[in-house]
Amino acid sequence: MPSNRPITPSTLSIKDLPWQIHWNKDKCTLCGSCTAVCPVNAIELGVFRKRTVETALGIEGSASSVFKVYHGIRQRTDAAYACVGCAMCTQVCPNDAIMPYRSDEAPKLPYHINQGGQPRRRGGRRNVPGGILDQIKFLRISMLTDPALDAGRHEFEVRTLLGRVLPPEESLKHFNENGWVPPVREIYPLIIGSMSFGALSPPMWEGLQMGVAYLNEELKMPVRMCTGEGGCPPRLLRSRFLQYVILQIASGYFGWDEIIHAIPEMKVDPCAIEIKYGQGAKPGDGGLLMWNKVNQLIAAIRGVPVGVSLPSPPTHQTQYSIEESVAKMIQSMSMAWGFRVPVYPKISATSTALAVLNNLTRNGFAAGLAIDGEDGGTGAAYDVSMNSMGHPIASNIRDCYLNLAALGKQNEIPLFAGGGAGKTGNLAANAAALIMLGASGVQIGKYIMQAAAGCLGSETDRCNICNVGLCPKGITSQDPRLYRRLNPEDVAQRVVDVYLSFDTELKKIIAPLGRSTSLPIGMSDALGINDFNAAERLKIQYVI
Amino acid sequence: MCRLFAITSETPVSPILALGALDVMREGHDGSGVGLFLRDLGGPFDDMKDAPILSGIFTKDGIKRLDSYMMNLGFMTKYKISFKLPKTTPEGVPRRDVYLIRAYEYPEEWEGRSFEELGRELMSIRLQLREMGQAQQDMIVFSFWPDVIMVKEIGDPLTVGKYLNLDREDLTARVIMAQGRQNTNYAINLYACHPFFLQGLSTMTNGENTAFVPIKEFLMSRGFPGYMGFQSDSEVFTHILHYTLASLGFGIEAYKHIITPLQGADLEDHPNAPLLKQLKQSCRRMIIDGPNCVIGSLPDHSLFMVQDRKKLRPGVVGGRPGQYAFSSEICGLDAVIPDRDKRNDFQPMHLDTAIVGPDRQEIRICRQTDPLPRQH
Repeated sequence: MPSNRPITPSTLSIKDLPWQIHWNKDKCTLCGSCTAVCPVNAIELGVFRKRTVETALGIEGSASSVFKVYHGIRQRTDAAYACVGCAMCTQVCPNDAIMPYRSDEAPKLPYHINQGGQPRRRGGRRNVPGGILDQIKFLRISMLTDPALDAGRHEFEVRTLLGRVLPPEESLKHFNENGWVPPVREIYPLIIGSMSFGALSPPMWEGLQMGVAYLNEELKMPVRMCTGEGGCPPRLLRSRFLQYVILQIASGYFGWDEIIHAIPEMKVDPCAIEIKYGQGAKPGDGGLLMWNKVNQLIAAIRGVPVGVSLPSPPTHQTQYSIEESVAKMIQSMSMAWGFRVPVYPKISATSTALAVLNNLTRNGFAAGLAIDGEDGGTGAAYDVSMNSMGHPIASNIRDCYLNLAALGKQNEIPLFAGGGAGKTGNLAANAAALIMLGASGVQIGKYIMQAAAGCLGSETDRCNICNVGLCPKGITSQDPRLYRRLNPEDVAQRVVDVYLSFDTELKKIIAPLGRSTSLPIGMSDALGINDFNAAERLKIQYVI
Repeated sequence: MCRLFAITSETPVSPILALGALDVMREGHDGSGVGLFLRDLGGPFDDMKDAPILSGIFTKDGIKRLDSYMMNLGFMTKYKISFKLPKTTPEGVPRRDVYLIRAYEYPEEWEGRSFEELGRELMSIRLQLREMGQAQQDMIVFSFWPDVIMVKEIGDPLTVGKYLNLDREDLTARVIMAQGRQNTNYAINLYACHPFFLQGLSTMTNGENTAFVPIKEFLMSRGFPGYMGFQSDSEVFTHILHYTLASLGFGIEAYKHIITPLQGADLEDHPNAPLLKQLKQSCRRMIIDGPNCVIGSLPDHSLFMVQDRKKLRPGVVGGRPGQYAFSSEICGLDAVIPDRDKRNDFQPMHLDTAIVGPDRQEIRICRQTDPLPRQH
């Protein structure tokens, strides 16, 4: 380093970065694929000057210095161009000559990532790997007292209900008097949660929709997918596939002009309407689609100008209270579809969830409650919101279920749990644990991106650049040069793979517990954990 | 597994007959306990069909407390059966002070009350006594209902029967249910012993109820005081039967639609599909997830047997007009009604409810795919 090199407070060396690129000169063919593919331009062509000392072989002659130039890869150290560890360079390198490695030292980058006073924003999940769900075991295995069932050969009915279910006496009364019975959908308990058209790229969204349609129409698995807050493509709104879609409305109301106008032309009703009040990844903060991703298509569907950031307000501006939300929004949404479509709110997990739930129990139009825990993913949020705000899903869903059970309404208002299911890949086990803690179903988002489209993001801060539309896999990008890397047909195929394997794994869990004909919602006697305090808190068995 | 045997007969029979059948099936149970339910009683009880009969086990102190409690309520003893016990108890059977079977006269001021009112009162007295007994460990109360007697004890069924001298002439019934084995899933407790009784309904079950905890939570939140106990995972079958009949107003034909609702095309094609779909949803928390064979007795003196959807438990019904028996195994049936036409033996499968009505003339098979009887 020259002695006069300007060193600013934010001047970092490669060592200070979270990811370091290891490059092998011997293997490199200088093809340039890595520098071309790098989404954040962390690497560039480097021209290196190198001195070689050559000693004379004989007695005569003297040693000399030879200066040579060689070409290679140089990692940039500017905070804005720091490597995100996505390893796309490794993926495209024909000779395996390059790979990012995580620093063995605490990175200094986090202290400098707020250049210009702008705190870090990113996509992905809370940067904390693992979680309590992975610690939960299934203990109540039917042994000699009863034969365990055969997951491969038995008859199973893996279904859940989405919608307000009347108590038996009232249900019969309504039936006999031809009264109104709230709409209830019988669906598969694993739902693709709300990821908006805009947050996701067109091929990703299309792939998910195709996969869901195939699961429904060919495999008879009633899988549902929620749109997220970003509207819905007009052709889908007017097709029969809308019945597999849960339309989401959130505080920005993006896309709802289009949806409302399409109602008279809808061939079928949507599965349900989800009113988003909060998101587990960034509770208390509104949705965010950064300007980078608002291209013409997205702008048209959402009804906004091109190239502006779209931050949704943290609350629905027309509402002051939960009572009002329930009365105004749930009822008017129900009315819009002639009371034929279940309408339910989604909130982020919070210690005030019980207050919301109790209010919903008193309103006959509330079709359920979706709760999104702190480990939920997002396309864009402030780093601080993701890492530090929120409530774990396990105890929140358990509290809500036990509260419903105390009120005798555990069958009337289904709870849907999201946020962190399958975080470490154990989707079926996590989902089964949430169901046995009291959830009627489980929503997934990040998992399906990872499994169906190869999302590289991790909870150890790998990649996570969904927010700026630079997704190297084309999952969350709106740039055709990036998203053409993703083939929607392949995504659909993977969605089907994921659901079929999930179904087998779920059966491998519930069959040994002796369950097959009804989803074991609230079957807490099956659960155990080797953490005493967690066991006490969740009211499940403590086992060591 | 436990073994079940039930008989319905025009002429009253001794409960020892049912215990004999259990003994024949002893390879299928561990002889750890016995429960007996007697209804449509013969002998001296034949003439007092309306008198509520209290069945239970008491200590000497318990009897004193019972007497003063019942006296205060205005109940007078009308008739009782006294058991003279041998000096030595058989191995494995605990020594008890008093096995009580006592018929009462209603208090005078209860005259004119409807049957429903009486039913509520009788249940609340039974629950009160049970609570008092559990507090001081001096009373165990099985039933308090007209024309119903229950006996439960730990030990080998036939040995217990002989020890209590159940072969006596004054203890006979036209409907008898017997179960051999104590509950093994939870602590040994006579309240966990089948058959279970609630307001004139009684059931006993073979098999583990894997959906016990969610079902229990659902029943507990119904606000009905009789849905209590839950010492056994099989007790909820009685409660669900009660809920189906009393709260929902259905007949026994609907019981299977509650505990094991139809699926898929069977449900879609059912003549009552709209009702059954709604019922399946609203009663979802009462779906049992078997394998279970349930035998039950109804107030009209019918006996029935249902299997869960998996049909992994044994169960057979057979007999001849005038006498039919429900048994876990055919050998039990053979032991009691050997001279029947075995071709007419029926083993209910996953859609069947087998019912022998009060006339005891035939086995009525109600398939779940049949239309439900019209509701009144």
